[in-house]
Amino acid sequence: MRYAETGFNLEVDLTRGSIERVATNPRDTEQLLGGLGTNARLMWDRVPPEVEPFSPENLLVFGTGLLAGTPAPGCNRTIVSAISPQTKLFAFSIMGGFWGPELKHAGYDKVVIRGKSAGLVYLWINDDKVELRDATHFRGLGTLETAELIRQELHEPMAQVASIGLAGENRVFFASIEQGRSSASRQGLGAVMGDKNLKAIAVRGKKDINIARPATFIRHCNDALKYIEIRDKNPIPGVMPILAGLGSPQEMRENDEQWHTENFMWGNARHRRKGFWTEQIHEKWTNTMETMRTRLLSCHNCPLKCGAAISVDTRICSYMMKCFSKLTYTMAAMSDLDFGLKIAQKATEHGVDAFSAPQTMAFAVELYEAGILTDADFPGWPSDPEGRFYWLLDHIVGREGIGDVLADGTYWAAERIGKGAQAFAHNNIKKHEQLPLKLGMLNPIYFLMYSTGEKINITQIEGNFPQTPFPTKEEREAFVKDWEHVPDERFKQWFLDWEMRGENSIPNYPPIDATSEIVHWQEMMHYVDDSVGVCAGLSSFPLKPPYHLHNWPSIISAGAGLDLDEAGLKHVIRRTRTLVRAINILRGMRRTDEKPPDDHWKYRFPELETKLLDAYYRFKGWTSDGIPTRATLHELDLDHIADEFLRRGILKEEEEDAAPATALGAASASDVTAGAGGAA
Amino acid sequence: MKRVHGKTIKTITIDIAKCNGCRACEVICAAFHAKPQYSSTNPARSRIRVIRDQVADIYLPVYAGEYTAAECAGRDKYIIDGREYDECAFCRASCPSRDFFKEPDSDLPLKCDMCESDPDITEPMCVQWCLSHALVYEEREVAVDKVTAVDEVDIGLKALADEHGWPKVMDAIGRMREPLPE
Repeated sequence: MRYAETGFNLEVDLTRGSIERVATNPRDTEQLLGGLGTNARLMWDRVPPEVEPFSPENLLVFGTGLLAGTPAPGCNRTIVSAISPQTKLFAFSIMGGFWGPELKHAGYDKVVIRGKSAGLVYLWINDDKVELRDATHFRGLGTLETAELIRQELHEPMAQVASIGLAGENRVFFASIEQGRSSASRQGLGAVMGDKNLKAIAVRGKKDINIARPATFIRHCNDALKYIEIRDKNPIPGVMPILAGLGSPQEMRENDEQWHTENFMWGNARHRRKGFWTEQIHEKWTNTMETMRTRLLSCHNCPLKCGAAISVDTRICSYMMKCFSKLTYTMAAMSDLDFGLKIAQKATEHGVDAFSAPQTMAFAVELYEAGILTDADFPGWPSDPEGRFYWLLDHIVGREGIGDVLADGTYWAAERIGKGAQAFAHNNIKKHEQLPLKLGMLNPIYFLMYSTGEKINITQIEGNFPQTPFPTKEEREAFVKDWEHVPDERFKQWFLDWEMRGENSIPNYPPIDATSEIVHWQEMMHYVDDSVGVCAGLSSFPLKPPYHLHNWPSIISAGAGLDLDEAGLKHVIRRTRTLVRAINILRGMRRTDEKPPDDHWKYRFPELETKLLDAYYRFKGWTSDGIPTRATLHELDLDHIADEFLRRGILKEEEEDAAPATALGAASASDVTAGAGGAA
Repeated sequence: MKRVHGKTIKTITIDIAKCNGCRACEVICAAFHAKPQYSSTNPARSRIRVIRDQVADIYLPVYAGEYTAAECAGRDKYIIDGREYDECAFCRASCPSRDFFKEPDSDLPLKCDMCESDPDITEPMCVQWCLSHALVYEEREVAVDKVTAVDEVDIGLKALADEHGWPKVMDAIGRMREPLPE
């Protein structure tokens, strides 16, 4: 018997119209857990670097995390992956909601989609009965609209549906996959789904998910719930409200948006509006939120209410929103919250990413103002900012006129437009739009996270270490008192010694080696979450979460019947992280790609930045060009990747001296002998 | 003769405005009742279901009640605060008209037992896991008037006799009655 997972994947070939139920190898679970880890293995094994994003050979994988659907609170994530049309790299975007647990209950860990259907179809998974059904009558319909019509068509009100809108059908590079209560938004996975002519996947499952060691597992679940309850009543002092608690930043509950509106940039990530947040704005926006928000909502088996049902004009719930997507349209259009929530409803139905879409629209407005695009490009272009955004949204998702160019995102649109447009696509990393944030002094921790995070999104690598130092020694000492989450005591000291000004402040503090370790820890936690399938909001993202490095090994082991200790977990996660990097290295990603936007900080330190990246690569066991070394790959049982790198000339035999043994490598090596993950 | 005695009524108050729709109640109910305990979970086996309609903003936890062999002859619809609830929404029965509250393998009916167990637990698990406090457990003592119950039988029998006549009623009782022990 398999525990936590089902042991079966659903393999769907849309070209042939075939559907197979395929048993998976338990050895893969020991080696990579599930979710992101095993998704990455499928990508490495089956999608060579020559495969284009819009090729039938691109794999679109919906992979549930190892513990998704078990009673562990917040374990509900599905990791959606494919080669991204925008970055041309391995994209993995995570969705919560209810879809993943439903798939597990239907008896499958992943849905692996290959090929391309001749006509628009949807996949209907009803326990053992799985079929492809005609979806031509849903063409052009909204994501949530389609989901509801599918539930009606199937007479299955309990079915969970992940679907694309017009943006996905038209292969907009930032099209999302929406699931009613969550979405896989980043890097254009909806476009890959659209390219495959797959409108939706509907799931209904009524089977058991088994737990290997029930008593231990449920004790952990109860402990987590108790901790969440206590932590919820005790926000961390000295931290802004939206980051003081657990979960996703609580922007559906909190009405005070001074921090975002005055510190994040408006328009095309350009304008800082200090003093924006007045009493009147506060009152007006609170009123907007309280009129449109009908209910705070949660994902499957999670007590936190990070989402809200937003209803723009009636009592009927229109769509689910969470976190900073509340403000992205408002701020990009230089408008107000009422507009932001209203256009987001349309955008959610069309299925576009709430980071990239408004950024791309603001970019178009700037190009128009700069005279690079002209009236000829915008037939019927209204004069008000709100009207322009609606015009842009319609033209982008329909790929009409200039919308067809903009639908490729700011980087590719600028390349096509030319005439200096490239300078306006200024907020990208690896061709992907970032949070609209521009700051003063370089922060070494954030420099490394921005540069090297392979989800290409700062919120998906930051988290467990405070974003900024606390002002006083007393506050810092109070903070570390119950900070059991750190890998070891040194992390507490680095935080205690971190000052706002003077010698021990950014950019020169934390020291370079400490910076590597802090970044490594934070990133590791996100990779744990994406393999286990827990929401980052209960583990890698907030300060002092219920799940951490020291309780995960026992939780995972008890749930899935593995025998992991902390060293073993670190080793497995390092393997997954290296595998993800290997896929991207094979696709040409190198050190030159690993950099934050030039204007992210006003004060930059090229020499320091070089040293930081050198040190971090060395720490990770990568060459100075960011390529995992043969020794690293060997330690992680990834020799086949080393062989491929050598065969393709990515690594060269004589370069093998490049990286001397690293602290991390040495630690991992001893970890393995100390008893890393075998099956129970 | 009237005999009055006390009885403990276990209630779960359901505040649907507080429900965040997370279905933790379903997850833990199914796990608690799994054999061995907590060895699996499956909302399809849960004795509480959250009836959800995200389009209409409906989140309604419902507990499994009595099994009934037959569907209702007529149905009701409820409209509350502009939300239209499905005709069977508030019903607790395990019934042929829907697949709630039935073991998925055997179709045998499921019924909420308030997590009665040995050793006893303080509150049903669904309540313990509902941190939104949409589910609140309460015990209260009520006086039960036993004579009233006997009176009801009298009334029922009298009504039957009025309609069918005593011979027919006596005949039916004689046929249906379980044989007395030898």
